[in-house]
Amino acid sequence: MIRTPLRPLARVIEAREHGENPDHIEAMERSKRNQVAQHKLRKRAEARLTILGLAFFLGFAAIGGKMVVLALSEPKEPTLIASSSKIYSQRADIIDRNGAVLATNLITTALYAQPHKILNPVAAVEKLIKIFPDIDADKLLKNFTGKRKFIWVRKKISPEQQQLVHDIGEPGLLFGPREMRLYPNGTLAAHILGGTSFGKEDVRAAELIGVAGVEKFFDDRMRDPAQVDNPLQLSIDLTAQATMRRVVEGGMKIMNAKGAAAILMDVHTGEIISMVSLPDFDPNKRPRPLVKGNQSDSPLFNRAAQGVYELGSTFKLFTVAASLDEGLVTEDTMIDTRGPIKWGKFKIRDFHDYGKQLSVMDVIVKSSNIGTARIAQNMGADTQKKYLDALGLFTPTSVELAEAKHIKPLLPPNWSELSTMTVSYGHGIAVTPLHLASAYATLANGGYKVNPTLLKVDGKTAYGPRVLKDATSKTLMRMLRNVVTRGTASFGEVKGYSVGGKTGSADKPKPSGGYYDDKVIATFASVFPTDDPKYVLILTLDEPTIEAAGEVRRTAGWTAVPVVTELITRLAPVLNMRPEVAGSGKVHYTQVKN
Amino acid sequence: MRNLFFIVCATFVIGLAYWAYTENYKTQAALKQVHVLQKQIALEKETIAVLKAEWAYLNRPDRLRDLVDLNFEDLKLIPLAPSHFGDSEMVGYPTTIIDSVTDAVTISGESQP
Repeated sequence: MIRTPLRPLARVIEAREHGENPDHIEAMERSKRNQVAQHKLRKRAEARLTILGLAFFLGFAAIGGKMVVLALSEPKEPTLIASSSKIYSQRADIIDRNGAVLATNLITTALYAQPHKILNPVAAVEKLIKIFPDIDADKLLKNFTGKRKFIWVRKKISPEQQQLVHDIGEPGLLFGPREMRLYPNGTLAAHILGGTSFGKEDVRAAELIGVAGVEKFFDDRMRDPAQVDNPLQLSIDLTAQATMRRVVEGGMKIMNAKGAAAILMDVHTGEIISMVSLPDFDPNKRPRPLVKGNQSDSPLFNRAAQGVYELGSTFKLFTVAASLDEGLVTEDTMIDTRGPIKWGKFKIRDFHDYGKQLSVMDVIVKSSNIGTARIAQNMGADTQKKYLDALGLFTPTSVELAEAKHIKPLLPPNWSELSTMTVSYGHGIAVTPLHLASAYATLANGGYKVNPTLLKVDGKTAYGPRVLKDATSKTLMRMLRNVVTRGTASFGEVKGYSVGGKTGSADKPKPSGGYYDDKVIATFASVFPTDDPKYVLILTLDEPTIEAAGEVRRTAGWTAVPVVTELITRLAPVLNMRPEVAGSGKVHYTQVKN
Repeated sequence: MRNLFFIVCATFVIGLAYWAYTENYKTQAALKQVHVLQKQIALEKETIAVLKAEWAYLNRPDRLRDLVDLNFEDLKLIPLAPSHFGDSEMVGYPTTIIDSVTDAVTISGESQP
């Protein structure tokens, strides 16, 4: 910038020549300079003001915006109780199909000790022994006087015990809240529910982990905090389960059996309405697994879903079903029953001699091994395998039990023609009673595959793929009905319920090979009512014997069938099934006028 | 005029400050109340859970059956059987037929024309 002097020489000289005061020029120049400086200052002040204004505007806009957001948002309760512990102590309830509680949680107290805070360990142990007589006193005293800083004394104590411990007045004995799993019905559905145990433990809470059954299968869902308030509904009917357990327990005692399994299944949905395996246990005090011996003798063993047995003649119906469905025979086709069939060293015999020939219907009704073997031989191994596979007898069942997931049926290692014949009457193949129940459900429901489930099915039944023709299913039901009316299950008649079923008595295999002569698995697979099948009921008795009509009897007709008769008599009314009494189809109502 | 404006403004600001102060304390009180209530709700939920468990335990089929057996004299309850189903014909409807009224019947009270 070119600086203008206050007194420019040229103008001063000029002013002097004109006789003017040159000071005026200086004053003019000075005022000009001042004007410029002022203008600059003003500009700067204006800019500052604008920035400040903008800052204020932004501040207020932020507050205003937040207010608008607050006004528009839903009011929410401030969550204050933030759970500090990382352990999920909550577990969803389990209820039956009618809403009765099968498993729930209860708050109890755990007792722990901090030995370094205990004033008088000897007195404390002495007093604790009086409250809990089963505590090991020496071990506890050793722990109390040792170096450990923390000891669990008791996992669950009652309020009375808590008060007594409180009264000891020992500052080193402390309590922590603890959630425990309660199964109010005790042994009733023990094998279905399984049980729980404590996982990670903490002074404030402990994790409850499912160790078996439904509790283990659905462990993640039960502990999911989002679903804790939403109970798991099973297909089990508590009343039916209680009735079934009672009758089966009584039947097992009368028949001198060492174990029993029973399953009641809806033939259309595959829902397991009731499932009992005896001997059982109390899931509240789950016993430890056996250390030695056969695990299948443990009360923890679920005979219905875990035990694979050769179920004998109940399999004959599958052979006939396949043959009928393929159109190879009809119910009236005559089958040669002359025996025994010799196959190398192996002989296939019948319980009685049934003469030269029997119709297919009578092969089932009289339960002829030779007849069934001939039907299977005629059909061939491939067809037999195709049908048994389609009925789900080759793969583990879909039931929601942790221990049943890996239970695969035992099949012949190589499926020879002899295997085809023995499998046709249920020998050389071992499945669980649950497999049998689902396969019979398929035979009964018109031929659709059934996947057994322990969860309640809501709404319409979604049938599985078709395995058999509807007509085959109807014929099979007629056969089952005939087995009861004039065959091996003549004790199975329950007035009004049109029971049909097939008996099966299979010799138990020896662990060393071969079969026992005096130990059988007696099974009765029943369907009722046969004219419109609703339920399948399977009962398996392990080693039953009963003295009847002057002889020791072991066959299913004498052992399993009478128990099933009693079961259906008691269960059907509980399931709201009205007996069909002859003539009651035409009910005429008398109108009464007053 | 300007002074009056300043005084009004100052009073207004003081008023707002007081209002904000009281609101703050009210909010804190409400939060404390919520905390107390939440604790109470948790406690009540626990009680409900205990009562539900106890109800289920008292209504377990084994116990009910034992009670029925114990009180058989009074209750006379037996397990449900197929024979307990009946027809509507078996319901005892009244059998006496009331004849139609033919004779004059005196009615107490005044009659209206």
